[in-house]
Amino acid sequence: MRAIYGLYNDPHVAQQAVDNLRAAGVADAEITVISSEPFDHFEFGHRDAKTAMPWIAAAAGAAGLVLTYYLLGASQRSWPLVTSGMPIAPNWTNLIIIFEMTMLSAIIATVITLLVTAGIPSRGGRMYDPEVSDGYILVGVENPADASKLEPALAIDGGRVKKT
Amino acid sequence: MNRTLDKRLADDLVRPLFHTSVWFYAIVVAAGTVVACGAGAWGYQLWYGIGLSGKRWPTFWALYLTNFVFWIGISHAGTLISAILRLVNAGWRRPVTRCAEVITVFALMIGAMFPIIHLGRPWLAFWLFPYPSSREIWPNFRSPLAWDFFAINTYLTGSVLFLFLPMIPDFALVRDRSTGWRRTLYGTLAFGWRGTTKQWNRLETAMQIMAVAILPVAVSVHTIVSFDFSMANVPMWHSTIFGPYFVAGAIFSGIAGLILAMAALRKALHLERYLLPLHFDNLGKLLLLMCILWGYFVFNERLTTWYGNEPSEMAVFWATQRGDYAPLYWTMVIGNFVMPLLILANPKTRTILGTVIASFGVVIGMWLERFLIVVPSLTHKQLPYSWGTYWPTPVELFIMAATFAGMILLYTLFAKFVPIISIWEMRAGLPSRMDQAVLAEERLQSTRLDSEPLGSTAGPEGASR
Repeated sequence: MRAIYGLYNDPHVAQQAVDNLRAAGVADAEITVISSEPFDHFEFGHRDAKTAMPWIAAAAGAAGLVLTYYLLGASQRSWPLVTSGMPIAPNWTNLIIIFEMTMLSAIIATVITLLVTAGIPSRGGRMYDPEVSDGYILVGVENPADASKLEPALAIDGGRVKKT
Repeated sequence: MNRTLDKRLADDLVRPLFHTSVWFYAIVVAAGTVVACGAGAWGYQLWYGIGLSGKRWPTFWALYLTNFVFWIGISHAGTLISAILRLVNAGWRRPVTRCAEVITVFALMIGAMFPIIHLGRPWLAFWLFPYPSSREIWPNFRSPLAWDFFAINTYLTGSVLFLFLPMIPDFALVRDRSTGWRRTLYGTLAFGWRGTTKQWNRLETAMQIMAVAILPVAVSVHTIVSFDFSMANVPMWHSTIFGPYFVAGAIFSGIAGLILAMAALRKALHLERYLLPLHFDNLGKLLLLMCILWGYFVFNERLTTWYGNEPSEMAVFWATQRGDYAPLYWTMVIGNFVMPLLILANPKTRTILGTVIASFGVVIGMWLERFLIVVPSLTHKQLPYSWGTYWPTPVELFIMAATFAGMILLYTLFAKFVPIISIWEMRAGLPSRMDQAVLAEERLQSTRLDSEPLGSTAGPEGASR
């Protein structure tokens, strides 16, 4: 058996299923919850919420700032042409490009972090049910050691248990 | 959970992707024809030379640059408004954000084309790119045109990503509901999205960071476009007010463009249940605010010029107030200020029709404003011997018409292949979800109070770890 899961149309029941799985001895990391929308107000919606994404974005922005500052200055000094009496590498004007590249670096780093940490793109093949798109919440365990022990935990009010 | 409401929502918003009305083909053919004519006009200009446009001494920036500034301004509808509404978590934003973000992407793409058309020899556009050429000379980073390159490309990249990321869950939904080539197409676009709690948390965090990052970029883009003018010593261009004046004007025209797009979508895709009078009322209030702000900036700019009484500036001033350009100027004032103020200040006329009429006025008025910034100053430079006139040629007008048709065409095609309203965001904002959220919050609060000592700062996620 590859997976056992329950489908619920009420997030309160889905939360109950998650709690039941924990009570049945399943570790948090092994419980998968899949939904067609975020459920920020439920405890199960906060699982895996901790991320270093903001720090990575800030670090990438700082790296973009330093790199652009260096590249602009180096390229301007490599062929020093005086324009309108301005210095060869004027900070006033360079600041504009430095700002844009700082923000671009932060944005691109954010997207890369999202893709890597969220595991997308992926080729599929993992536990999923298309009924999730109709608004059902899937709570399940992949490669369960003892599915018969988990079935009662998932078979609660309004839930449909499936095995694949 | 109200399953009927959930299903109806998804059905309504996915329906346009599976069913094609005759209007879709009519719009595509009509807009496509105009775009083809515009492409032909550009080809004609490329073949016979830039002299076919009306640009000539002293007016070397004319209709193409007017349209460049106009479309970059329109692009401020989307990402900026969407980012602000996301950050303040305005509930009414849900049906509006994607309609708005699409405008940004397409308007930027169209706007960015104009400097290339304006070049006359577009195959040399790469000279503006930051790469060392064979002579090892880099672009002049002190030039506002080089700043434009960086600003527009940053904003375009950020806006495309800001639009695309929240579309991934909706692509997954369409994938699950489709078969055949559609399943393959949307499956590819969904990137294997499943909707795990980790994926949702990452997506929401990424959208928050991007909203914070994209806001100053959006402001910088139009400020830098204004620098194209204000860095030049040309009458009525060399002004410190131009940055905020351009940004305010851009947001103003952007909101107007968004209202027009939403009204068209509401009618064409039967989205009356989702794009409500409330949305038009709220956007109408924003438009009114920007209308007053625009009037404030114009008054400041005009008063300072008039009071300074600089001869070269006064020449431009009077040319627009009571000279050749006066009919355009006063049409602009009526479209941008008088009409929106009268319609939008009154709650009774701030209806869908009222906001649409006001928005038409603003779009026309803002286009005229861009024209009146570019042309009269160049035709009235410091020395009277260098004065000139400008009339747009048919080639320029065809190309300009093609960009408006191009916007309609791109928007129509987008609405045909992508849910134009974010389904997952709409679901999360359903009233039934709000009730559930309140109950869940109460439950979390009581759990926390029962299990933790007073004064503890641990969040609800602490329980799961």
